[in-house]
Amino acid sequence: MELTNEIVLKRLQDKFPDAIEGHNMAYDFMNVEFKAEMISEVLGFLKNDPELNFMYLTDLCGVHMPAQTGKEIGVVYHLHNLEENYRFRLKAWVPESNPEIASATPFWLAANWMERETYDFYGVRFIGHPNLKRILNVDHMEIFPMLKQYPLEDTTREDKEDRFFGR
Amino acid sequence: MSDIKMVEAPEGVNGEGFFATSLNTVIGMARANSLWPLPFATSCCGIEFMATMGANYDLARFGSERMSFSPRQADILMVMGTIAKKMGPIIKNVYEQMAEPRWVIAVGACASSGGIFDSYSVLQGIDKIIPVDVYVPGCPPRPEQIIDGVMRIQDLVRAESLRRRNQPEYKQLLASYGIE
Repeated sequence: MELTNEIVLKRLQDKFPDAIEGHNMAYDFMNVEFKAEMISEVLGFLKNDPELNFMYLTDLCGVHMPAQTGKEIGVVYHLHNLEENYRFRLKAWVPESNPEIASATPFWLAANWMERETYDFYGVRFIGHPNLKRILNVDHMEIFPMLKQYPLEDTTREDKEDRFFGR
Repeated sequence: MSDIKMVEAPEGVNGEGFFATSLNTVIGMARANSLWPLPFATSCCGIEFMATMGANYDLARFGSERMSFSPRQADILMVMGTIAKKMGPIIKNVYEQMAEPRWVIAVGACASSGGIFDSYSVLQGIDKIIPVDVYVPGCPPRPEQIIDGVMRIQDLVRAESLRRRNQPEYKQLLASYGIE
């Protein structure tokens, strides 16, 4: 059976009536937001349900929205059903004060690398990840550099002072 | 007669059947014309360096035809390209493995100052971790500029004391970088 946005959304609304926080369309691509504490059940259902059968985790990443009080940090999952060639996106929001969410590694081994990267840049702690430590940045880095309160520029740079440019 | 230009004899005392000059001059001349580079190429400057090594520009004319991919046999460390902070300890390790005498040339804006990558993840110039002898500007520099940089290193090699490593200022410089 061919998967459509309506079918997938209906299945999820029937199965998790309390976990869905909202859904919308962005650039012809459905986006469903779930409660973070339910994410493990939702991901397991999407992976193991014989009809939905999202066998491929395309991407897992973070996003920082400082203006959304209590829901500052988002975790975004992109799933792909390769047999039906149907793609699905879901998000879960966690507070910046305690960014914790269940790991997706029990369902997709690909999540191992991506969750380490998300931890490295946003500080999201994935509960149940087998080896949650920094992967791209230097080990002794003290900040999570993609959080918006930290500057993108290197603070040790010396040749960009205004006096060199007559400002 | 061939038109190959040879290195001219250094200043010295010339007589019948003998030639006398200082050891410093002879060794400096020999070293300057047999510098083995260790190419540490991480990005586009490395591509320019490949052109520098090719037949058109031919760095071999200056006695540098032998790339040394082992630091132990290398004389010049040529750092070409962006160095991420995570690569910093590795480049320092490579430098420490090189035997004296050793020279360092930073090719391009990134190796010299971080270049356009004013970012939390990029080292803002390799001189933050190892001493640099010659900086080559450009983004990326032309092969002519890289050759000019190597020739400036040759000038240094010719002029320097034979045992630079014993000089107090050199020891002080290395100590300031935390290198034994």
